[in-house]
Amino acid sequence: MKKILSNPFVLTVIAIILGFVVASIILLLAGYPPVESIRTLVESMLGRPKDISSVIIRSTPIIFTGLGVAFAIKTGLFNIGAEGQYVMGCVVATMVGSMLDFPKPVAVIMVLASAMLVSALYAGFVGFLKAKLGIHEVITSIMLNWIALYFSNWVCGLDFFHKHGTIGMYPVNPCTYTMVLPAWKRSEEGQAFLAENPILKETLGRTDVNIGFLAAVIAAILITYLLNSTRKGFELRAVGQNIHAARFAGINVNRSIVHAMMISGALCGLGAGFYITGQSPHTVATLSAFENVGFNGLSVAFIAFSSPIGCIFAGLLFGGLLYGGAGLQSKIGAPTEIINIVIGVIVFFCALSYLIPRFAERMEAARISKQRRKKMQDQPDVHP
Amino acid sequence: MSSDTFLLLLGITLMYSTPMVFAAQGSVISEVSGVVNIGIEGMMTIGAFTGAAVGYFSGNPWLGFVCAGLAGAVFGLIHAFASVTCKADQTVCGIAMNLIGPGLALFLSRVFFDGATQTLPVTNKIPKLFGRSGLPGSLNNLNVDMTTVIALVVSILMCYIFYCTTWGLHLRAVGEHPAAADTLGINVYKVRYICVILSGLLAGLGGAAMTLAIVPQFMPTAISGQGFIAIAAVIFGKWTPHGGYLACLLFGFAQALTVVLGGGAFTVPSEILAMLPYVLTVLILILFVGRASAPKANGVPYNKGSRV
Repeated sequence: MKKILSNPFVLTVIAIILGFVVASIILLLAGYPPVESIRTLVESMLGRPKDISSVIIRSTPIIFTGLGVAFAIKTGLFNIGAEGQYVMGCVVATMVGSMLDFPKPVAVIMVLASAMLVSALYAGFVGFLKAKLGIHEVITSIMLNWIALYFSNWVCGLDFFHKHGTIGMYPVNPCTYTMVLPAWKRSEEGQAFLAENPILKETLGRTDVNIGFLAAVIAAILITYLLNSTRKGFELRAVGQNIHAARFAGINVNRSIVHAMMISGALCGLGAGFYITGQSPHTVATLSAFENVGFNGLSVAFIAFSSPIGCIFAGLLFGGLLYGGAGLQSKIGAPTEIINIVIGVIVFFCALSYLIPRFAERMEAARISKQRRKKMQDQPDVHP
Repeated sequence: MSSDTFLLLLGITLMYSTPMVFAAQGSVISEVSGVVNIGIEGMMTIGAFTGAAVGYFSGNPWLGFVCAGLAGAVFGLIHAFASVTCKADQTVCGIAMNLIGPGLALFLSRVFFDGATQTLPVTNKIPKLFGRSGLPGSLNNLNVDMTTVIALVVSILMCYIFYCTTWGLHLRAVGEHPAAADTLGINVYKVRYICVILSGLLAGLGGAAMTLAIVPQFMPTAISGQGFIAIAAVIFGKWTPHGGYLACLLFGFAQALTVVLGGGAFTVPSEILAMLPYVLTVLILILFVGRASAPKANGVPYNKGSRV
């Protein structure tokens, strides 16, 4: 029993169930039918092949930012700057992508690499300030988030990049697209093929199916390998767990902090690159507030208990809830913000979840001591 | 700089900094007692909504202000329960508050205001210091909201409590070395509970200072980052009430500068100008402030009987 309850996966499932229970209570109090609401939510998430495809697409950037945050947590850093790094990645990907005109693989790699590089440097700066000057990473990250937002808006307004008649930049050139067969599915041949395959028509034909999700899965596996099976990963984790011991062991702590932040930022930037190249509108618009892709990455990492592989599933859940929330509002009329409450409660119970195995342990201990007491009572006192 | 511009700058500085001052005092009291409260932003949002909604329906801004504090305090209680009693990860729990706070605020707004994510404007805002008639000429820039004065009083009170009362000493001891405080007979859990609840209360008041005094209504962007900036201000101010207050003023000043400069003859793009407060903060951190020195037990749940 205790073993089952200590499994992080089981704990997450319990947290998710509790999240829905609390949301049902709130819906009930607000006068919406809870059971039907949740059924509608799940239906809008998974009802049609198109929905499943959309959920995966919607999740991709959140999985990447989740990976970035989870990686930072494993190395003892709290990367609340994922949002800013993601915004920088988006704006740089769009800048580079709208100017490039190269053969496909080269153009795609250049866009993704530039987004990764800029985000990595942006995060690395935070790591550098922490390592060299001891400035708390949270405070610089928060400031850099806002600087990134205004930088993005500034670039949006520049004559060179601004697309007239819109509030955004010129979209990236088609040579940088990372969708699956974008030109073919619009061609006559492609249309004819899709017409014969209704499921493919709904998914590939109707949504921006792209390679980003696949890349996220590969990234999660690579990050797991890096953390658990390489010397570098060991050093980074050692610094995260006990900075003094790591320093004593001869690990270059300052360099580790900068590297950890850079890898974390690079993951956020890669997510941004895949978002821009893989999903319409393939551009950045002027933002009045954060779009929360990076902040949602924090929740994803926490729900996944900082496991990179877990981030894939937590990201899918998160993306699914965000996508399904829109359906909930249009069909039942319940405010879509209930989704934020559901996610918040899930995160809350994830924070509390370690209590569950401890509770089970205590129950077990109580049972054993009760048995023992009973045995002692049953046995006659052998000592004189 | 003419005296008019100076007064204008001062007035805007005070106006912008007020919600952050409340939030920063909330953050400082929680963190000094050893509980990281990154959920300040969410608590401000729920306060901002409650204040505006109660202010709208009752017509009494002060009632709204008080209710906003209570709403924040409820969130503080939840955070305290999770992080003190249940010993949960405080950062994770704070992030949860940041999701639930705005989520609940917008949800309730849609329920009470016919599906709109913003409340209707309140009829009575919190009054100004010198009333509606105000002061003559450009001196009127100093006719600040009453909340600005309350924020200053709260900050002074916090300094007094922190450094001139026994309870303040207890509070700091609990954050530095809870086990030592425990051996002296200080109830660590009780002190932390009180501090975190107060933290929520102050954050809620900060939210209402935005939606009852500066703008007359709640909208989704009413609280956009002030809570996080307040947390940054506390780190900036080295975890002291006066440091936090001054850091908020500095930040408000940088924002005021962008307003005043933006209206002038300068041809700086507004987006670049808007970066100024954040760039300035980073620069000052690099040049002057340096190494952060958090309370030693900050973020570490206390287990009775443990040695640290």
